[in-house]
Amino acid sequence: MKRKILFFLSAGLILASFYMVLVFVPTERDMGVVQRIFYYHVPLAWIAFMAFFIVFIGSIMYLFKRKPFWDYLASSSAEIGLVFISLMLITGSIWAQPTWGVWWIWEPRLTTSLILWFIYVAYFIVRGYISEEEKQARFAGVVGIIGFLNVPLVFLSVTLWRTQHPPLTIFTEGLVAPMMATLLVCLFAFNFLYIYLLSERTLMKLDEAEVKRLKENIMERNG
Amino acid sequence: MKELRAAFIIATKDILTEIRTREVLTSIVVFAILVIVIFNFAFGGDERAVKTVAPGILWATFAFSGILSLNRSFMMEKEEDCIEGLMVSPISREAIYLGKFAGNLFFILLIQLVVIPVFSLLFNLWLFSFEFILVTLMATLGFAAVGTLFSAMAVNTRARELILPVLFFPIVTPVIIAAVNASLLILEGKGFSAITDWLGIIAAFFVIFFVASYLVFCFIIEE
Repeated sequence: MKRKILFFLSAGLILASFYMVLVFVPTERDMGVVQRIFYYHVPLAWIAFMAFFIVFIGSIMYLFKRKPFWDYLASSSAEIGLVFISLMLITGSIWAQPTWGVWWIWEPRLTTSLILWFIYVAYFIVRGYISEEEKQARFAGVVGIIGFLNVPLVFLSVTLWRTQHPPLTIFTEGLVAPMMATLLVCLFAFNFLYIYLLSERTLMKLDEAEVKRLKENIMERNG
Repeated sequence: MKELRAAFIIATKDILTEIRTREVLTSIVVFAILVIVIFNFAFGGDERAVKTVAPGILWATFAFSGILSLNRSFMMEKEEDCIEGLMVSPISREAIYLGKFAGNLFFILLIQLVVIPVFSLLFNLWLFSFEFILVTLMATLGFAAVGTLFSAMAVNTRARELILPVLFFPIVTPVIIAAVNASLLILEGKGFSAITDWLGIIAAFFVIFFVASYLVFCFIIEE
């Protein structure tokens, strides 16, 4: 029931965001139509970082409590985070090409996201090379903790490195009210989508574990 | 105190094994010099260009040869199931981490001790200053801190040594950025005050990841 509410809430908000981004919001003066991608780009980044924070919390909880639930939560969040950060990098590239004339620049936030992308790809590579479930969860937990601790340091070093070069201005004048409203709607839409996907995925993994346990029971009984 | 003593014994064991067999270090040093030579073919040629890319070449060499050395650290224990011996001995997991960390630190520093003079000679750059030694020492501490943790993790997966670079490189990004930029400033003849920001990042990296790795190491070698 609660999940249904979440589903309709995120679906509704996403539909609303289509309207707001494509029709309602005024076109930005300097960058033109392409700037509209901003309203998806920023929430994607925001949710990705939040997802990795949940991976961090889930990992710590798993290593202390050793309840599979925490690993299901952490790995589900990592999956969603990886999808969102990939989309964020792609939308960023699409936005960068007409605005800055290049597909990629080594801007602090972009570079930090790229490094994060690598860390959470490694998170799944490590899992893929381990057969035992309990060990998978343990090792992934360690990567989830170490990876997240690295975020501020990566950002700090990349910022320091790039500020030696001319800074890039994206928004000099701030956001006007309709733009802000659109951004907020998109942010809420993705936020609910994240929570919905996370709960679905985590419950799915709990069910999988239950099915596996039942199967093993039957196998045992049949000798 | 007992922990430090145990760690010291483990480190001594690793160093003695290496001195008696000379299995690894010779080939890693040769590999490191080859990396420098290859980079020279890639970027060398014009002397002004060399000066700007030299620190990058040096740190890439340290990172690549560091990976090889770190990989050996736990492979050696895994090969004859020596790790079982370590785990049943009456010492804490943390002591094993500290011992392995000290051993790895020693090996990487030893590689650098050979690589730096060769590098200076081949590229005709004078690198021996207090600042440069400080940067190298502190960055290597950071390398060894996370490297030891990930090395233990890598050998416990099916892919073994393939996993280490995938985990290690994204995490050490801040150190590499900071070390390369600090080295560049040193080569330009700037003094200590110019590199304090970079040194701060390198130091913070070491402190954060040394403590974190020390705390989570017990989750890696458990069974």
